[in-house]
Amino acid sequence: MTTLNALASISVLYVLFLFGVAFFAERASRRGRATWLRAPIVYTLSLSIYCTAWTFYGAVGSAARNGFEYLTIYLGPSLVLIGWWWVLRKLVRIGRVQRITSIADLISSRYGKSNLLGVGVTLLAVIGTTPYIALQLQSVTLSVEVFNLATPGGAEEQSTAFWVAVGLAVFTVIFGTRNLDANERHHGVVMAIAVEAIVKLTALMAVGIFVVWGIAGGVSETLTRIDASELGNWEVNGGRWAGLMFLSAAAFLCLPRMFQVMVVENDNDPQLRMAAWAFPLYLMLMSLFIVPIAVVGLDVLPAGSNPDLFVLTVPLAYGQNALALLSFLGGFSSATSMVIVAAIALSTMVSNHIVMPIWLRMNEGMASVSGDVRYVVLLSRRLSIAGVLSLGYLYYAQSGGGAALSVIGLVAFTGVAQVLPAMLGGIFWRGATRVGALAGLTVGFVVWLYTLYLPSFGAGVIMPLSLFETGPFGIGWLKPEALFGISGIDPLLHAVIWSMSLNMVAFFVASLASFPSPLERLQGAQFVNIQQGTGGTRSWSQGVAEAEDLMVMAQRILGATDAQALFLREARRQGSETHLPAPTPEFLQILERELAGSVGAATAHAMVGQIVGGMSVSVEDLMAVADETAQMMEYSATLEAQSQELSRTAAQLRAVNDKLTRLSVQKDAFLSQISHELRTPMTSIRAFSEILRDGEGITPDEQSKYSSIIHDEAIRLTRLLDDLLDLSVLENGQVSLNLVDGKLEDVLDRAAAAALAHDDKRGLEIQRDWTGEQVWLNTDTERLSQVFINLISNARKYCDAPQRVLEIRVTSGDALMIDFIDNGSGVAPEAQDVIFEKFSRVSDQKAGGAGLGLAISRQIVTRLGGEISYLSGERGAAFRVILPLNHALAAQ
Amino acid sequence: MTGPTGTEDGTVVRPNRRSAEKIPLFVERQTYRRRRLVDAARALPVLGVLLWLLPLLWAVPSEPTSASTGLIYVFSVWLGLPVIVGVLIRAMHRRSDSPDPEDEP
Repeated sequence: MTTLNALASISVLYVLFLFGVAFFAERASRRGRATWLRAPIVYTLSLSIYCTAWTFYGAVGSAARNGFEYLTIYLGPSLVLIGWWWVLRKLVRIGRVQRITSIADLISSRYGKSNLLGVGVTLLAVIGTTPYIALQLQSVTLSVEVFNLATPGGAEEQSTAFWVAVGLAVFTVIFGTRNLDANERHHGVVMAIAVEAIVKLTALMAVGIFVVWGIAGGVSETLTRIDASELGNWEVNGGRWAGLMFLSAAAFLCLPRMFQVMVVENDNDPQLRMAAWAFPLYLMLMSLFIVPIAVVGLDVLPAGSNPDLFVLTVPLAYGQNALALLSFLGGFSSATSMVIVAAIALSTMVSNHIVMPIWLRMNEGMASVSGDVRYVVLLSRRLSIAGVLSLGYLYYAQSGGGAALSVIGLVAFTGVAQVLPAMLGGIFWRGATRVGALAGLTVGFVVWLYTLYLPSFGAGVIMPLSLFETGPFGIGWLKPEALFGISGIDPLLHAVIWSMSLNMVAFFVASLASFPSPLERLQGAQFVNIQQGTGGTRSWSQGVAEAEDLMVMAQRILGATDAQALFLREARRQGSETHLPAPTPEFLQILERELAGSVGAATAHAMVGQIVGGMSVSVEDLMAVADETAQMMEYSATLEAQSQELSRTAAQLRAVNDKLTRLSVQKDAFLSQISHELRTPMTSIRAFSEILRDGEGITPDEQSKYSSIIHDEAIRLTRLLDDLLDLSVLENGQVSLNLVDGKLEDVLDRAAAAALAHDDKRGLEIQRDWTGEQVWLNTDTERLSQVFINLISNARKYCDAPQRVLEIRVTSGDALMIDFIDNGSGVAPEAQDVIFEKFSRVSDQKAGGAGLGLAISRQIVTRLGGEISYLSGERGAAFRVILPLNHALAAQ
Repeated sequence: MTGPTGTEDGTVVRPNRRSAEKIPLFVERQTYRRRRLVDAARALPVLGVLLWLLPLLWAVPSEPTSASTGLIYVFSVWLGLPVIVGVLIRAMHRRSDSPDPEDEP
């Protein structure tokens, strides 16, 4: 039998070994050779502080008592890691970017650096963790007792717990508050915990392997044995199975010690990526041998043995002292690693959210006074560690180490899980407010206290028995274990359901109903949008802060060397020649974040605030920033619209310019043409009239011939001048229309006859649409026929097909459409938009007229209320005349 | 006339292109694959919950399930899921050049 002294010396040796590991790691880290300290595997193993002594001993006990329910405690965290993409990834990034130091700091920082929330979460964490520490002390004491059955004694038990607590306090103070790093990481402690993770896994698996292969005789025999035992049937309480899975997942995220190793100590993403698959496997291995050990323990040990200690008593019963010793070390390391990290996490919270704000309040306005604050912070942390451990010890001593402690694990889980709504709401929902978080936490905390924590001491201990039977003041629906008259649920499940759901409802409703402060909104946006990178928001406006004051303060918290290095770096970045950077909002932001890494966001904010003098961001600042942005966007949108408008106008101008240029060229050509046209008849008139005047001996035949030439030429001149006059009259709108009723067919008949009267040998076949032409029109038929004559003559003159055909199509609908389509080559595309202009002629060589015909036609049709256009896309030249149709007449 | 339409195109297309940078309709095959890997990573915990809540249904048949069957089932899932997570993370990492696989939420 191993003696107590041997056990004590082994424990001391083991603790010394841990000291060595932590010391070595710290030294390596300080020398900058810390790459392997940040290895993903170290991070993964450090997460194993989830598995405390409660796991190491208690899981077997739980399996022996309640069957397979113990699995849920490990399935929940496995699911959290398997779903690492959802929550952990985001949480870890927020932790790194915002320099989060604890879960209280996360909540406080998210909700506008509210210290009230920080204090609330800290209190909840202390209340939830103290019994847990007591549980660890109890487990160590119990395990020592197993080796020391011969001498059971209250005093000795108490002293074991006491000395363990003292030893852990010393270790934690030495390695947990060694430095006040900017980023609150403890390489030594994390390394020691990683080593402990291996020790406890090895120990538990060694016992498991001994049980399966050494006692039961193999895997299949073990399975048979399990089926034959009282755990033989798969029986789980559905509600508790699902509820505990949820609860353990929630607690995994919210437990202060888990948050410490998972978020605060996290250094890079690869760490999390490995933990996502490796830690569930670790948990699986930890749970693998629990049932075999429980079953074999129940089998071989005398009835009434404490199943919580099977891990120790089974090897001892088979005389495997060495194995039992290893198992003891496993349990011991489970207990110590939990206590160390929990103490560090709690002391950080207590010091940052309770001690420092009080100290700041007491020394109001003294933030810029010189003197190292670091020792104040460190001292407060050391005292907090001592305080947390003594609380745990006192709790253990008071509770007497009874069975009450073994149920406290789940009670504590439910307590810390109350932070979950505020935490998840804070990182996923920008609408979550400080008031909402406070309301949710308060409601959840009160319900937990009332329905679970206080009743857990047993009816009649704190709460009077009558309360359970009749409710407070006889109000039946307020009975602690049957709220709202719903009874018969498992008390734990009852508390989890009510505390979590009322917590969430309060959080949500109060968030909806309240309005966040500007700082809250900034922080909310930064937390929720952490993935899209940070920056762009600032929580300080340009103030009158003196750089010297800031320097003094920073030195007191960061230490002279670090502070000077930081200020110098920022000064260089700002391009300043001096050692002091200008206190710009950006610099204040950076400085505050550095300080937050040491003393928490709320305290850092308050300290900077004392010096800068309340120059924190205001609604007006926010609105100014938002307005600026909105104005810029509006302005650029206007610019864009204007530039589009401009380019459209420019395009139109270019088109007009093109047209003008072409018209001017045409006009020049026409002037020479018309002078030629006028000159030719004039020349012959002059010549022949001179002959007639001077001529002697002119025969009457010759005389009559010359006179008729003069007459013809004069008519030609008159016609030309008539056309010009006509056009000018039409253009000036001085024309008077002679409106009569007429049939389209008659007008076309007349026009065709007139146009083809002077036809030469080049024949033109006209295809008419006789039925379509039976339309009555109320119009100036003379003018209309002038248009038709012009169109038919054009076809006669310009159609270049050998067998010339002009098709006249009539379509009547809302308006009357008359198309003149010939079978020639048509008008060239570039000429199509100018043919209706005055003096425009399709080609010079076919100079048959003055180029006024279509211009006149267009004027006439416009006067008649219709329009004329060129139809492109037909086989030849095609013109369309559209006339308004009088429906009353069309019916005749 | 082709001149003006050309310039109008230029000014009209620019804002479209800018918004397209924010929410592209189509992405490269590589990016598409990576996003589907992320979807898989998101779906895994849901699958895990379903698989581990399944034992609750075993109470329904009159013939009770033996403990060994239950344990083998729970532990097989427990082994399988982390392996799939590991494979997914590897695949994600291989597909992205940056150390961060896909920041899109």
